[in-house]
Amino acid sequence: MTPQKLTVAVTGLNNIDSPGPGIPVIRGIRESKDFEVRIIGLAYEHLEPGIYMSELVDKTYMIPYPAEGKDALFNRLVEINEKEKIDVIIPNFDAELFSFIKLEKQLEGIGIKTYLPTIEQFDERNKSNLPAYGKKYGVNVPAGTEVFSLSDLGNALKSMNFPVMIKGKYYDAYPADSLEQAEGYFSKMSAKWGYPVIVQEFIRGTEVNVIALGDGKGNLIAAVPMRKQYITDKGKAWGGITIEDPSLLELAKQIISQTKWKGGMELELIRSADKKLYLLEINPRIPAWVYLAVGAGQNIPEALLKLTLGMDVTPFTRYDVGKMFIRYSYDMIVDLELFSRLTTSGEL
Amino acid sequence: MIIKGNIALSDNGFVFNPSTGDSFTMNKTGKEVIMLIKEGQDLSQISQSLLEKYDVDSNTLERYLSDFVNDLSVNNLMEE
Repeated sequence: MTPQKLTVAVTGLNNIDSPGPGIPVIRGIRESKDFEVRIIGLAYEHLEPGIYMSELVDKTYMIPYPAEGKDALFNRLVEINEKEKIDVIIPNFDAELFSFIKLEKQLEGIGIKTYLPTIEQFDERNKSNLPAYGKKYGVNVPAGTEVFSLSDLGNALKSMNFPVMIKGKYYDAYPADSLEQAEGYFSKMSAKWGYPVIVQEFIRGTEVNVIALGDGKGNLIAAVPMRKQYITDKGKAWGGITIEDPSLLELAKQIISQTKWKGGMELELIRSADKKLYLLEINPRIPAWVYLAVGAGQNIPEALLKLTLGMDVTPFTRYDVGKMFIRYSYDMIVDLELFSRLTTSGEL
Repeated sequence: MIIKGNIALSDNGFVFNPSTGDSFTMNKTGKEVIMLIKEGQDLSQISQSLLEKYDVDSNTLERYLSDFVNDLSVNNLMEE
């Protein structure tokens, strides 16, 4: 069968110490035998490494930050689309998802397909809504609350025991052992990600994650559980291993089926010493470790692309247990000329 | 005393628990004990086999054997 030719735009090219999912998503798509893909990178920063990975990304365009609003984003995408005729966009950042979800119809109007959760699904799993989410769907969630000021924080901590987790609205989480430490992280998180900041009960245990893909009708198309083996000081997995844990798959199935989630997601969980499973977060997109799932037999980026195009996708039923990923950093040598072309013209 | 069915033990003494992702390295004796447990032997049978094979007194052996089995249990390698 001749591979279908497609132009796919991908964000999340920041392959740094807190890596975006863009590059591993592209690797998965590039490995597909069913598609011959031209990859368009969409970048926010001039130094996002994926921009310069010419073996993976054919062309990159700068796009406006989410803070500039959805109209600025749409106008830029229209400009890019006039040159590139994009078939599909796969957004990979939490902070940009709101705009892309809101633009779904407009993008469709100019021939660009996306495969994203609804605004209701997106909001419901927000960190600050997680306790209500846990209650609604019968999932254990650490006690937590959202705070908007230092006095809010002080009040919240009166009824909690240290350590607690202080979490940013979109990213970052730090354990705090005292009020002073909690206040420090609160200021850091609010300055970086805005309000609210989330204060959450600290659960001791083993951190496990599940990558999952839902078809929007309640069917779990793909799911692979992973245990983090090496964690950086930012809490990012720098090494992980696929595990065999039917309870994790069951939980993913339950959440996808009850919420009718559409698109990729990541469940962040802790298995406590008494073997209880706690849901810490639901990330509303494919995680950066997705290439482990590809290596274990579930090419989730390819499956997502097929769903986006309206193709039938048979749910995956197996994956290799004991497959590991080991992340590394790599210095690319880049000519200043490339950087200057990008900064002056907004494309490379 | 049963080792969990999905625990993988390789010839070089590498043990992998696919449920948790934990891995362990056994020395020759540790691997031998796990093999004996997998064969269905109980502690006294294992103790007897090892006493016949190695130059060790029964008190020392029982102490080490009991510690080892406890470690297997603590590390989720045994059926509860």
